[in-house]
Amino acid sequence: MKTLMKGNEAICAAAIQAGCRAFFGYPITPQNEIPEYMSYHMERAGGTFIQAESEVSAINMVFGAAATGVRAMTSSSSPGMALKQEGISYMVGADLPGLIVNISRSGPGLGGILPSQSDYFQATRGGGNGDYFTPVYAPSGVQEATDLTQIAFNTAEKYRTPVILLADGILGQMMEPVEIKEHPRIEADKSWVVDGRADERSRNTISSLDLSGEGLERLNLKRMERYQEIIKNEIMVERQVEEGDEVVIAAYGLAARIAVNAMEELKAEGINVGLIRPITLWPFPELAFQNLPKSVKHILVAELSMGQMIEDVRRSVAGSHPIHFYGRCGGMVFEPSEITEKVRQIVKGEG
Amino acid sequence: MAKNRLTVDTVVCKGCILCVPACPLGILAVDKETVNAKGYNPVKCTDMDACTGCAMCAMICPDSAIRLEREV
Amino acid sequence: MTKVLYEKSRGLTDTPLTYCPGCSHGIIHKLVAESLVELGLLENTITVASVGCSVLAYDFFNCDGIQAAHGRAPAVAVGIKRTNPDKIVFTYQGDGDLASIGTAEIIHAAHRGDNITVIFVNNAIYGMTGGQMAPTTLVGQKTSTSPLGRMENLQGRPLLVSEMLSTIPSATYIERTSVHDVPHIRKAKKAIKKAFQNQAENKGFSLVEVLAACPIGWGQTPVDAAKFVADEMASYYPLGLYKDEGVAK
Repeated sequence: MKTLMKGNEAICAAAIQAGCRAFFGYPITPQNEIPEYMSYHMERAGGTFIQAESEVSAINMVFGAAATGVRAMTSSSSPGMALKQEGISYMVGADLPGLIVNISRSGPGLGGILPSQSDYFQATRGGGNGDYFTPVYAPSGVQEATDLTQIAFNTAEKYRTPVILLADGILGQMMEPVEIKEHPRIEADKSWVVDGRADERSRNTISSLDLSGEGLERLNLKRMERYQEIIKNEIMVERQVEEGDEVVIAAYGLAARIAVNAMEELKAEGINVGLIRPITLWPFPELAFQNLPKSVKHILVAELSMGQMIEDVRRSVAGSHPIHFYGRCGGMVFEPSEITEKVRQIVKGEG
Repeated sequence: MAKNRLTVDTVVCKGCILCVPACPLGILAVDKETVNAKGYNPVKCTDMDACTGCAMCAMICPDSAIRLEREV
Repeated sequence: MTKVLYEKSRGLTDTPLTYCPGCSHGIIHKLVAESLVELGLLENTITVASVGCSVLAYDFFNCDGIQAAHGRAPAVAVGIKRTNPDKIVFTYQGDGDLASIGTAEIIHAAHRGDNITVIFVNNAIYGMTGGQMAPTTLVGQKTSTSPLGRMENLQGRPLLVSEMLSTIPSATYIERTSVHDVPHIRKAKKAIKKAFQNQAENKGFSLVEVLAACPIGWGQTPVDAAKFVADEMASYYPLGLYKDEGVAK
């Protein structure tokens, strides 16, 4: 059955369905409905809710709860995500699963509360100190946000890694009909957990510290092997590219949603446009940009930033096609007409 | 024969000698003849017969290097 | 037949302690380990180690253990305790970790009245990083970042953590102890044991501050350093019970 839900609240409902039983958060707009929803519903689900003293503490509470094998989660928005990076890096170093939701706003600094995609680099390049990546899911609607929340918990446990759900203020605030589906929980190995049972097994310890170069290199390489598995198994992408398409728009999340409207308008004008919408931003769907139909002459990257995903698109396209960019930033959101105009210019050779 | 037996784990002892002033009888001293793998001179009991087994030396030892037993 | 009068606690692992000669951490470790064994709590305990000299504490206590980011041990402990309320969770933190970078985390764990035990080792210096000034360094005390001695007009007077935390309404038990001699070691153990007993009885936030010596960091012999704790530190940091409102929740 479908219910009309706000993106932020639907993410919570999906998390609880996925077995999340610990939420630690801190107020920041535009994600406040998440801690608010959790403060009511997490207790009723038999879980733990704490409004922490800071984003720093909230992610460290996730670190503690996740270490005991509990499915744990935190959420924030851009400046708060910056504060969480220490904890995320420690979670990676300690191989701890967990979900971190970023309902992003515009920056840098305190910036503004309007939606933006300017945290792409932070999300896909590790974000904290050290050699690491975190899987990043980028929904473009409320239903997809719930589905990806459930998938994210499984990915986190399967590969023992923190996972990021990257959305923005519009996706968090808008209401859409949504169904919280039954999503099977994977059976992950939990022999490593630190839950005070040294009487039943040998004692367990969790640490991101290794003072020997050889030991730390070994750990990092082992993690890199897991990253290769993630790249092999977990990439998600929507690719609507057909023979006859002249331009392919590469966009994710909210930007992709707007691009779809522009595509319909352009089609009516006789300009065929395809879409590549990465759903996982890391790992990035590089292969989706290869073997494009011969009709494709241009790639347009459309982002609500000054151009961040464009670097991954460039890498994936590897010089086979000219790449154009259209972006708005500071919380300004482009209209479909801005994209159609840009495509018209590209086709005319003026882009 | 001494009633109490004091054993110093000479591998673990770091020769900090906190135990020396802690001993009410003053029967602990640095064993200058012995150097352990870490390069420290461990302590030793100089008069086992006098030891009352009060365990104050063991209690203050940061490295739990002192073990005390009593024949009963 | 022989009777053991004193031996290394089984609450400690066989891993040799990495502390410098005469460092008080080893004594405090023993008191924690002995308390957990005597209370029958050891196997169901989780150590939360912090950053500093005691960063490897999770290797020394013979129970489950985890290593937290600098200053964040109380937040990590709260995450563990709230999701596993039947387990015993303690943080082991130095003055740099608890009284400097981790002030928010310790204050708010106390503020929420979280049912955890905190062992706060105050040796008035950053030992691990080479002896820099701590918020608890005494006025006039020389460190590698206060080479002329801590100056009250520039660096203020040392932070009184137990006094400060005892003003927090939901904190249950705060006591300051010392381990510079055997009578004080006995008192410190009693306090540490009580702090764990409180948690087992669901009484809320308990913290034991332990005045400790850092002979190497202070440039003193262990025996002189113990005297410095007794004479200088204990006179600025009065020993004793600051708060005890243990009521089971």
